Amino acid sequence: HLATSLPLPSERDHLRPRIDLIVFMIDIKSKYSLKNVETSLAYVDASFFLGKVCFLVTGVGRLNSCSVETNVICKLGETYNSPVLFCELELEGVRVATAQRLLRILQICAGYVPGVSALSFVSLMRNSFDY
Amino acid sequence: PPPPQEIVDPQKTAFLLRKAWTLYSVTPLYRFHRARLRDYARLLSAFIAAEKQKGLAVEVGVELDVKVTVSSIAELRGSEQDQPAVLVQLSSRSQASSRSSEDKLVWSGCFCSVYGDDLSENVLEGFTCLPLFLTHGAESYTSIVGRWFQKTFDCCFRRLAISPLNLSWMVAMWAGSKLDRAASAVELVFSVPRLRQPLDISYAIHPEDAKELWDTVQKTPGEITQEEVDVFMDCLYSHFHRHFKIHLSAAKLVKVSTAVASAHCDGIVKLLHSQYFLGVLMILTELAISQIQ
Repeated sequence: HLATSLPLPSERDHLRPRIDLIVFMIDIKSKYSLKNVETSLAYVDASFFLGKVCFLVTGVGRLNSCSVETNVICKLGETYNSPVLFCELELEGVRVATAQRLLRILQICAGYVPGVSALSFVSLMRNSFDY
Repeated sequence: PPPPQEIVDPQKTAFLLRKAWTLYSVTPLYRFHRARLRDYARLLSAFIAAEKQKGLAVEVGVELDVKVTVSSIAELRGSEQDQPAVLVQLSSRSQASSRSSEDKLVWSGCFCSVYGDDLSENVLEGFTCLPLFLTHGAESYTSIVGRWFQKTFDCCFRRLAISPLNLSWMVAMWAGSKLDRAASAVELVFSVPRLRQPLDISYAIHPEDAKELWDTVQKTPGEITQEEVDVFMDCLYSHFHRHFKIHLSAAKLVKVSTAVASAHCDGIVKLLHSQYFLGVLMILTELAISQIQ
C-alpha cells in the first residue's frame, strides 16, 4: 500500500489489513519529502517504533542534486530508533537488492522468520550501523 | 578560519569581476616551480601550436596566433599557508588586422587556493596545492590547457558541480552581506523535475528584505550553522507557498544570485563585488577540496 502522507484516510480503516511495516521514503533531492515524512511520523502509533518502521533514502546516486543533509536523516533514524537504508532507484541492481532487503525486513516484522522478532532485528541493525 | 581580509591591491584581481567562470577542482601539482612560469608559458604555447597543427583546436575563422602568459598573483590567497594564485592567459593577435597590434584576450584560467589548509597541510613534499581552477573562454582552449597541465604536473581536473544544499548556504551567506550601495535583488531559480516540458521558477526577493530575514535568523555574527540556513530557506519556501501554493522545497535549486555573487549548479559562478572576492573563493575552495578528497 502506498500513501503520499499520513494519516491514512479513516474511511477505509475497517477494510485495511494489519500493518506490519511502515517504510518512510525520503528523496535526497527534495527537502519537501523530508518535511512530509517528519510531519507524518507524528501520526504513527508508538508501538510501531519497536522495529516496524524504517527509513528509505532514495536518490543517493546523484549527490550533486542533494538538497538534504545525510546526517539529518541519520539523526532521524536514531531519534525514532529505526534503521535507515540508502538506495538509488535509477540503478536496477540497487533497486532489486533494496526491494529484497525490504521484503526480508517485512517477513521478520510479519513474524514469518522463526526466532527473529522485529525488535531483535532492529537492535541487530543498529549495532552494525554504529560501526 | 579567520574572516577573509579585503584584497590589498584590487587592481591585480579586477580580472575576476563580472565574468562567468567555469569551475574545476584540481589535484595537487607535482614539481610545479614558481620560478619557471616563463618557461611554462613557452611550453604551453608550443603545445597549443602543435595541437592546432593536428587540427584538434577547432576555432573556425581567422588563423590566430596565440600568445600565452603565466603569472603569479600574490594577493589572491587566504592565509600564509595558501599558495599564491597562478593566472594563465591566452591572447590572440589577428594576422588579418596587421595595423592593430593590440592583443585580444581569448581565454583565462586561474588556479587558486583560499584557506585551503585542509588539503595543503596533508600534502607530500614536491606538491603545490591550488585546488580551485576558474576558466573563462572557449571550451576548446580549456581542454588544451587542461591536457598540458595534466601531462606536465600529473594532476587531475574535474568539473565542480554545486549541489542545492551548497547553493542554499551560498545564498544565505551572501544575502546577509553588508553592502554599502544599492544591491540587486536576491534571486533563486528552481527547476521542477519530472514534467514533460521543463519548468523553471524564478523567485526574486528584495535585497533588504532578504538581509533583514537573515539578520533575524543568524545568532552569532561571523558564524553560520546548517540550522540557520535551513530556517532562512524554510521562511522563503513558506512565503512562496502561501502566495502560490507551490512547494519549492520539492523542486531543485539550480541557481542563486545576489549582489555579492551568483552561482549555478553546473559549477558556473560570477563574482560581482570585489570586497567579497576572498569570501566567495573560500567557499569555492572548500567545495573543490571536498570533491578531491
